[in-house]
Amino acid sequence: MAIASTVLGRLLKAAITLLAIVVLNFLLIHAAPGDPAAVMAGEAGAADEKFIAQLRERFGLDQPLHVQLWNYVSNILQLDLGYSYRQGAPVLDLILERLPATLLLTLTAFGISLLFGVAMGVAASARVGKLGDSAITGVALLFYATPLYWAALMAVLVFSVWLGWLPGFGYETVGADYTGLARVLDILKHLILPAATLGLFFMAVYTRMTRASMLEVAQMDFVKTARAKGLPDKVIRRRHILRNALLPVVTLAGLQAGQLVGGAVLTETVFAWPGIGRLMFESLEARDYNTLLGVFLISAAMVILFNIVTDLVYRLIDPRIGATR
Amino acid sequence: MKHLLTTSFLVAAATSAAQAQQQGGRLDIVVQPEPPSLMLGLVQNGPTQMVAGHIYEGLLRYDTELQPQPSLAESWEISEDGLTYTFNLQDDVVWHDGRPFSAEDVVFSADTFLRETHARLRVSLAYVESITAPDDNTVVFQLSEPFGPFINSFEAGTMPIVPKHIYEGTDYANNEMNATPIGTGPFKFEEWVKGSHIHLTANEDYYLEGKPYLDEVFFRVIPDAASRAVAFETGEVDVLPGGSIENWDVARLMEEDDVCSTGKGWEFLAPHSFMWMNNREGPTADPRFRQAVMYAMDREFVRDVVWNGFGKVATGPVSSRTNFYTDDVTDYSHDPEKAKALLDEMGYDGTPVRVLPLPYGETWQRWAEAVKQNLQEVGIEVEIDSADVAGWNQKTSEWDYDLAFTYLYQYGDPALGTARNYIESQIEKGSPWNNVEGYRNPELDAKWAEAAVTFDRDERQKLYTEIQQEIVEDAPVAWLLELEFPTLYDCSVQDLVTTAIGVNDGLRDTWIEQ
Repeated sequence: MAIASTVLGRLLKAAITLLAIVVLNFLLIHAAPGDPAAVMAGEAGAADEKFIAQLRERFGLDQPLHVQLWNYVSNILQLDLGYSYRQGAPVLDLILERLPATLLLTLTAFGISLLFGVAMGVAASARVGKLGDSAITGVALLFYATPLYWAALMAVLVFSVWLGWLPGFGYETVGADYTGLARVLDILKHLILPAATLGLFFMAVYTRMTRASMLEVAQMDFVKTARAKGLPDKVIRRRHILRNALLPVVTLAGLQAGQLVGGAVLTETVFAWPGIGRLMFESLEARDYNTLLGVFLISAAMVILFNIVTDLVYRLIDPRIGATR
Repeated sequence: MKHLLTTSFLVAAATSAAQAQQQGGRLDIVVQPEPPSLMLGLVQNGPTQMVAGHIYEGLLRYDTELQPQPSLAESWEISEDGLTYTFNLQDDVVWHDGRPFSAEDVVFSADTFLRETHARLRVSLAYVESITAPDDNTVVFQLSEPFGPFINSFEAGTMPIVPKHIYEGTDYANNEMNATPIGTGPFKFEEWVKGSHIHLTANEDYYLEGKPYLDEVFFRVIPDAASRAVAFETGEVDVLPGGSIENWDVARLMEEDDVCSTGKGWEFLAPHSFMWMNNREGPTADPRFRQAVMYAMDREFVRDVVWNGFGKVATGPVSSRTNFYTDDVTDYSHDPEKAKALLDEMGYDGTPVRVLPLPYGETWQRWAEAVKQNLQEVGIEVEIDSADVAGWNQKTSEWDYDLAFTYLYQYGDPALGTARNYIESQIEKGSPWNNVEGYRNPELDAKWAEAAVTFDRDERQKLYTEIQQEIVEDAPVAWLLELEFPTLYDCSVQDLVTTAIGVNDGLRDTWIEQ
């Protein structure tokens, strides 16, 4: 019951936050110089007043800002994300078209980084001060410090250009028309480089965090007690130390999960991955207001959602949290 | 990895052609950035033209000497007074949906559809009194004045012919068929996977026997410039159209085996770069300051270093690749001493000027740095401004700059591509495609107007020579380079660039040696 009412309360607050975000985003975007009509006129290679006025009217930009805002917010309240005049399609369709590719990429990267990060952190903490520990922390530090853009280009250069093992671009082989298992394998091959690149940074963060947290918890009294009881080392490590050491890792994982939709702009750009991040960036360049606001809204909703999920996971790992309420 | 598919066979070599074109194969070509739409009648930006220029056609094409060639029109005639243009259309042309094409489609496109949607064509259409179809295969344009460059207005990007049966009486911008364009061109729209590629397939009912040679074309969207270069190196794409990668990569890739390149295919657009100098206020309002800027710049250095040797120093407002060019004008070779003398003479007080680069990548940023250095050498204080594409549009079209980089397409004729930047009637906020610098010269305005409606070529040349000489002396803008964007391609690709707009309509004739 306590959980249900907490979740309800959080959802209500979330809705209000989202509405505030919508309004704020709207105002911020309109404060940026230029508008979609001017950008399209700029691309046309020639334009006269009539042409730009036509575009503004078609996009509804000829109305006062507060009217535009009101129209937008009332559409959002009816769950209508609006229409992209630039691309000639409803915003929701544009987003849904790109969402699977992005989720595939970001979820894979999320899984890889969490799994390997925690495993490496645990392994390092078990060998603290020894060669294995130094190797793992060294690699983690390297990944942590490498700029994503550079790592991505190097990965393409090494694995795609020099070795020719993996495709460097895109989501699948264009024009190959694979079906069934062949298609799945093809997509997996294309997924490896971008997912690994995207996952590197967070993997390093998880490794370092898990290791530090494990070492800290290992000093605590209840661990000594467990050891005094004669429990095997493995059990202590898994049930007593790891479980308690995971809380800060979960916090970070919640942060990373919040970026599942909008956090892969660079990776998608370098690997020509047809995802949401690129849609967002290109919409920004073109001042495609509705599309941009739509992506922002979905990203914001994801952040809020995963904040709530993170809180719930805390309770699962540490039942003391929330028990006092 | 090569994408050479299917068996190859020789087209019956009945003619004595030097080379027999081979049928079949697939071409992968970069398109950058992803076009917003493929409906060429509504959107005419570069990427849209490159893809849709193979779906839609104009009445004419132009060879690399800007001479008109048949396209949808098989032959044409211009009356001696330059007022009547008669086009005879090709027989047996069908739209991609199977409906027959006729002169009515041309009349609808030019007289109704494009008059409403195509800002650039409106300039030419203003001289057109009537467009009629005396029979199904003939179209007559009747002009009110002998508009000189009218014959240059018929390529696919300027006057794309759109299907009347789909657009008549509809709201053009919101017509559902915009998503699946129907044209008469050599390739048909097959699929568009947003963010990845656009797939066109050969039009089997194309009216020219045996064409197109290619089975299919994939326009690939790769958003990062370095990645595009790598995609070409790995064989993922066969063609990098001009301007799709950074200059240093062009120079590097040209050295490689099996990589061919051509600078042709840009004659119609002839991108001409310059800096607008705000003629209204600040130091740039003084012609002596503007001349000083011209003398201060080392444009050869920029061409050789920033542009890796591609391009040509611009002598004035008209490109040497365009009709009616003259080089008989004031010579602004690099001369810092002259620049300093001019600045002394005007009493320049050290007021800093802002330079706004074009937000089109690293090359333009470096170019702005080079200009800054040159100007500082003669004592001009410079701040480099910055903006993204939308911000650049805003700043230039609201006249909020001192010096701003830009380039203009010439469209084959000074009346189409050049005049708009120098005549007073084109001073108007809100567009980056007009007289943004605010140059006023009523005497020259009269000459521009006269030259536009003079039909005789020699007469026109005389007028344009006078205009160029006077304008170069005034230096309302700082002319930089005639830009050159080499197209790189795998050497197995043949006849890629055969027209004045290159890969924007050339794939009709392209084939792959297998």
